[in-house]
Amino acid sequence: MYAQMVKSEATNEDPALLAAFQARIDAGEKIEPKDWMPEGYRQTLIRQIGQHAHSEVVGQLPEGNWITRAPTLERKAILLAKVQDEAGHGLYLYCAAETLGVSRDDLTEALLAGKMKYSSIFNYPTLNWADIGAVGWLVDGAAIVNQVALQRTSFGPYARAMVRICKEESFHARQGYHAIMQMAFGTPEQKAMAQDAVNRLWFPAMMMFGPSDKDSVHSAQSMAWKIKINTNDELRQKFVDQTVPQILYLGLDLPDPGLVWNEARGHYDFTEPDWSEFYDVLKGNGPCNADRMAARQKAWDDGAWFRDGLMAHARKAAARKMAAE
Amino acid sequence: MAPAMSDIMTPDAAELARVAPGHGKAAAESVSPERDLFVGLTRLGDNTLILGHRVSEWCGHSPILEEDIALANMALDLIGQTQLWLGLAGQVEGAGRDADALAFRRDAWDFRNLLLVERPNGDFGHTLMRQFLFDAWHQPMLAALQGSSDARIAEIAAKAAKEVAYHVERSADLVIRLGDGTEDSHQRMQAALEALWPYTGEMFLGDPTDARLAEAGVMPAPEGLRAPWEASVTAVLAEATLVRPASAFAHKGGKQGRHTEHMGHLLTSMQWLQRSYPGAKW
Repeated sequence: MYAQMVKSEATNEDPALLAAFQARIDAGEKIEPKDWMPEGYRQTLIRQIGQHAHSEVVGQLPEGNWITRAPTLERKAILLAKVQDEAGHGLYLYCAAETLGVSRDDLTEALLAGKMKYSSIFNYPTLNWADIGAVGWLVDGAAIVNQVALQRTSFGPYARAMVRICKEESFHARQGYHAIMQMAFGTPEQKAMAQDAVNRLWFPAMMMFGPSDKDSVHSAQSMAWKIKINTNDELRQKFVDQTVPQILYLGLDLPDPGLVWNEARGHYDFTEPDWSEFYDVLKGNGPCNADRMAARQKAWDDGAWFRDGLMAHARKAAARKMAAE
Repeated sequence: MAPAMSDIMTPDAAELARVAPGHGKAAAESVSPERDLFVGLTRLGDNTLILGHRVSEWCGHSPILEEDIALANMALDLIGQTQLWLGLAGQVEGAGRDADALAFRRDAWDFRNLLLVERPNGDFGHTLMRQFLFDAWHQPMLAALQGSSDARIAEIAAKAAKEVAYHVERSADLVIRLGDGTEDSHQRMQAALEALWPYTGEMFLGDPTDARLAEAGVMPAPEGLRAPWEASVTAVLAEATLVRPASAFAHKGGKQGRHTEHMGHLLTSMQWLQRSYPGAKW
């Protein structure tokens, strides 16, 4: 789940057009970029896809933090492949957003100006090597739960991007679980690292789904438009149910004493994350918000001469071509 | 008052002084075809390992998303080639060391990469220029290795050459575009060229190990790679409107295990987990 708390835009268009649009959605049709769409639908999607794209880009940082320290050549290669995939996902998603009439530069500038968000999870640090396994397994695992649902979202380019992204995310989750399994079954120090990673990342991963829908003012319109397919609580429960047996298999302690199988519900009960912490992170007070934004700002500022140089060369080349014709 | 310190000197000082300075264990080992092959293979694998490491430092910090993708992809290619070269080196050595043992548990004096590839990234222009100057050498090197008398080497070179054909296409293209871009991008690329130029000569300096490997048809003589490198570099610099530095001075020593100060810091982060938790499987 790389988009959280996405605000739905109100819409004031012609009721007949809106009704026809809703009928298409209800019939399961995909909306394509050239089709008429309510302005609120367009703006909500720009916000959601943009936030999703930013999350992929900022998400390179906590994982990139360990590339130079990966313990074997194979782990280094896998991590490089994974981070390359994330950057690629960012690219598809910016392209999907561009079909809605917003440029990648506009979105980047909105991120750097603090007007757009990225997923709260990337404001947590990766402190030991097991965190890299846990990011693949828990963070990408949570993302998959959401993104699989989004394969059925109503906007065609977004839905198609999700199909491709989910294939790659499944590889990420498997490699992450494999890395952490190696450690959970390894030396006592390695097992301690794995436990530490699970303890620290469990609640932040749960927060990726956003607060309970009971408290969410944005869900109803997004669900009617099929921008959102399941409620936050449904997705969070699905994630908990699939993940707890994986933690038990590793022989690690559960990170929440409230994690208990509830026979009557057919689901695991769990303790809600500390939502005040979540809101603090969204306000910029997570452990890494300042560092993440500073890194992205520096990349953008330091790269200006590079981008300008390429544009200048393209203009010169075009002028030379014109002159030659 | 502190006692005076007299000169402390051993009787065999003259003999000790004759031993090549700065060499680690490598210097003391006897010459054999297996040893030469091991040295040649670690030179290849250490180049790709150290350059791959440097390139990977950009992850998430490059000027544009396409470059983040390209750099991760190149680092991945280089690390993949490292696995093959160092894997074969370990086999040839026959001492039970695999590619990971060679990458993560040798000290700097046993690394044999060119000094060029350990140079810090600098600005993005330095990183691109370093890549181009290396790629322009790597390509003819791999072309020659495909004709190696050792089939294992020819096979690895054939696989790597496909990747490196793309690397050089990309780095040459970016050097041209930035050299002939804005005044600022031109100046940055020229500055990068001048800073890195003294590290290019080492690519073409052979030593006795190189000579024996070339004699056996295992690896090309480094001197022979200069002509194709010059051709490629001259053409690209001209199109990039960059001026080739006049100096022919070459820093050297990397191939023999004498590195820059940067190498120890690079290895400190790269080898940290393996060194801190010996015997753990990751």
